[in-house]
Amino acid sequence: MIDFTEEQLERYSRHIILKEVGVEGQSKLLQAKVLIIGAGGLGAPIALYLAAAGVGTIGIVDADVVDLSNLQRQVIHFTADVDRPKVESAANKMRAINPDVNVITHQLFAGAENILDLLAPYDFIVDGTDNFGTKFLVNDACVVAKKPYSHGGILRFTGQMMTILPGETACYRCVFREPPPPNSVPTCSQAGVLGAIAGMLGTMQATETLKFITGAGQLATNSLVSFNALNMDFRKVKLKRQANCPICGDHPVITHLEEAAMPLCDLKAKH
Amino acid sequence: MELTVNGEKVQVADGLNLSGLLAAQKVENPDMVSVQVNGEFVEKDQYGSTQLQPGQEVDFLYFMGGGA
Ligand SMILES: [Zn+2]
Repeated sequence: MIDFTEEQLERYSRHIILKEVGVEGQSKLLQAKVLIIGAGGLGAPIALYLAAAGVGTIGIVDADVVDLSNLQRQVIHFTADVDRPKVESAANKMRAINPDVNVITHQLFAGAENILDLLAPYDFIVDGTDNFGTKFLVNDACVVAKKPYSHGGILRFTGQMMTILPGETACYRCVFREPPPPNSVPTCSQAGVLGAIAGMLGTMQATETLKFITGAGQLATNSLVSFNALNMDFRKVKLKRQANCPICGDHPVITHLEEAAMPLCDLKAKH
Repeated sequence: MELTVNGEKVQVADGLNLSGLLAAQKVENPDMVSVQVNGEFVEKDQYGSTQLQPGQEVDFLYFMGGGA
């Protein structure tokens, strides 16, 4: 356990007062290392809340620069940040919120060739990516590297998340075997997304991250939590790890990491 | 017969198979979903041969690829 300064005791007092967190949980948060993949719609609230919570080391991965069309939902980026690298813009706000946090920026695309190196130093990974190629790659890499992680996806007025403890609980591929055929499922840039949906789902992923680190409650494992904000229906569908899963099953058929080829419209949708 | 689809009770024709249910529930493209029947995943090539029984619980799990 770490020694808290007076200022830290005050800053984190609303955590410390929670019996599920306390000084022990806050101490774990300050020593935790979390990697956020994507500094966009989901990454924005995730990064802001994890920084505010005092997660000691936060890595953030994104190759892009801030675009004017991002600002409708990517609340970590401001109008003056347009054309700035997203990781720089994000790190700037995170440090301003909480100087306790060591922010590590990775201005690159997470791909098959670099993802295992990216994940290696971190305890927990948060998927804030925006295309199926990268979502499946993040899953496969987390399973291979045995890194617990949070899956998140949004579209229009809907969102879904699940927490994955590789080797113990169902993974993304247990549910969604392989990326859907190109253009069978629209991306947000094709179909749109209500800005606040990114906040709803991103804060759920941030909550799972904080629960994982502190040990509070039960994680959303072996289940897919989804909502449709048009009628505010929330559902939690129970799932099981699949023995025939191509990556986490008894006889994995995926033996090396690979990014599924994505159609051009998806690549253009990366920001 | 009555089924529970995505947590809600629905009436469907007797003898309906999973492909028929997807069509009846207006899932335009089966590639958009993974399907569980009574908590077990059904492979896509089995939809047409999966005969539904009264009282079964069917869940459509939609692919959501967005995040940025
Ligand atoms: Zn799996």
